[in-house]
Amino acid sequence: MRLRRIILTIIALLALAAGGFVWASQHPVIAGIEPPPRAAFDKALIDTGAKLAAIGNCRSCHTVPGKADFAGGRAIRTPYGTIYSSNISPAPGTGIGRWPEEAFTRAMRRGVSRRGQHLLPAFPYDHFTRLSDGDIHALYAFMMTRVPVENFVPANKFPLNQRWLVPIWNALFLREAPFQADPKHDDEWNRGAYLVSSLGHCGACHTPRNLLGAEKTGYALAGGEADGWTAPALNAASPAPAPWDAESLYTYLRQGWEASHGAAAGPMQPVTENLVHADTADVRAIATYIAAQQEKSSQRRRGGETPANSSGSSQAGKPAQGDGMGAAIFAGACANCHSAAPDAATAAHAIDLSLSTALHENDPRNAILTVLEGIHPGPEQAGPWMPRFENAFTDTQLSALLNYLRVQYGSGAAWPGLEGKIREVRNNKERS
Amino acid sequence: MITLTVNGNSHQLEIDPATPLLYALRNELGLNGAKFGCGLGQCGACTVLVDREAVYSCLLPVVAAQGRQIVTVEGLGSADHPGPLQQAFIDEQAAQCGYCIAGMIMRAQALIERNPAPAITEIQAAMEPNLCRCGTHMRIVRAIRRATAAARETAEKSLRERHG
Repeated sequence: MRLRRIILTIIALLALAAGGFVWASQHPVIAGIEPPPRAAFDKALIDTGAKLAAIGNCRSCHTVPGKADFAGGRAIRTPYGTIYSSNISPAPGTGIGRWPEEAFTRAMRRGVSRRGQHLLPAFPYDHFTRLSDGDIHALYAFMMTRVPVENFVPANKFPLNQRWLVPIWNALFLREAPFQADPKHDDEWNRGAYLVSSLGHCGACHTPRNLLGAEKTGYALAGGEADGWTAPALNAASPAPAPWDAESLYTYLRQGWEASHGAAAGPMQPVTENLVHADTADVRAIATYIAAQQEKSSQRRRGGETPANSSGSSQAGKPAQGDGMGAAIFAGACANCHSAAPDAATAAHAIDLSLSTALHENDPRNAILTVLEGIHPGPEQAGPWMPRFENAFTDTQLSALLNYLRVQYGSGAAWPGLEGKIREVRNNKERS
Repeated sequence: MITLTVNGNSHQLEIDPATPLLYALRNELGLNGAKFGCGLGQCGACTVLVDREAVYSCLLPVVAAQGRQIVTVEGLGSADHPGPLQQAFIDEQAAQCGYCIAGMIMRAQALIERNPAPAITEIQAAMEPNLCRCGTHMRIVRAIRRATAAARETAEKSLRERHG
């Protein structure tokens, strides 16, 4: 009896402590302001903010494709359900038009809305918390001078409507601290480190996450996933067959295509489309910092070693495996553009597939998705192009093709269970 | 030996399994409706139906077309007896030079089989991959509207009845 009473007391105390913690994590409402006129902001400051917002890739999540910029409502699939992004246009009713800068800063650094509501960590405030005052100031000027669009965003469903849980997540994973420059490195490296870890929130996709959806500590940029795609490792474990350097990364980030790595695809495509509008020095800094993360393995590999996580060397030139179905499909469907010496006039952006990162990843999802969806420049963009093949091939045919490509051009061993993986990817696409 | 089922008929062909379906249709079977435009899947002039979906026949090796139901523009009707979609294209005079039209009709056919009463935005989105260099896009969309008008009316009528 006594033991039971002690246990009950402990449970009651824990519940009380948790309740008290959640209660104590409440944030006050910040009084709304009259939406400030455009003239209230300095033109140069707005321009700086625009270039920064391009690095933040704000538009991608906060805009429904084809609809008004920053008006929110885009459905973002997470392992916990679908999240609808907020309206961050300066609309007074449904956007942030009545937010003073103090409220904007609090949202960026602590993930709390003007009304004191906890935002969900799908909004990467765990990265933005490191932003400098000056950069937040410029971003505020940019956001507050966009076109205001009143747009009600659908409510999130359980469990994503249980915002009282967010303070617990914050206590575990949010480290509110400004960026600390590393004196061992130069200014450009440090600028890159700052942008990658704060505004660029590269780790949001390129770092693996734990069961509670937080980025795993000690695994920064070690490879994660986004919207059904894998986000390849950006550190020494990079699966890219041609080692990256600062110059090739700069070209890739800025143009969405680079001769020895190919085109940005999936969720990376809008990132590069936005970076066109960023400050060139900032994109260079990001490229310098990321290249430094892979420098040691890149040097080894330029000396002839294979990528750290690949199971063998490329088999290019070796005879085809299997029943010849994959080879025949490649010859009829792919070789026109992806021959060893692509015809620059007809297929300017098609790479020799031995350079394809997707074929060198242990996970076949990016290769599957690229063939199913193709590559299409965004609206008003020019760029690399590949047709979609989703209706052209059955799962068995696509499996034969991809395993042929994997063995001929990729990292050696065929992907096990590929056909099932293809079915899974197709089903996921249908549900989205 | 490659076996193709085109417009309901089975054909046995002695050809390289990597041959694009388009070449087999035109050169082996004499079905000249589908056209060679770019050969890269960029223009849609070669579009045919494979298992009821629109596919670029210039990029589909015959080995991958085996055992699947292929339908070309010839399968929808003839000059003397055009099918309903073909008749709508004639009624709207949707062709100028006509080179893209067989592909346009086949992509529209895939849409109609999936969605018999498409909205105009759905037609525009579905037809996006196919190019017309003469610029008769408005007439092409109108022809598809015409071909689907009856189905749209039926759908609207049943909606009105259900909701009073």
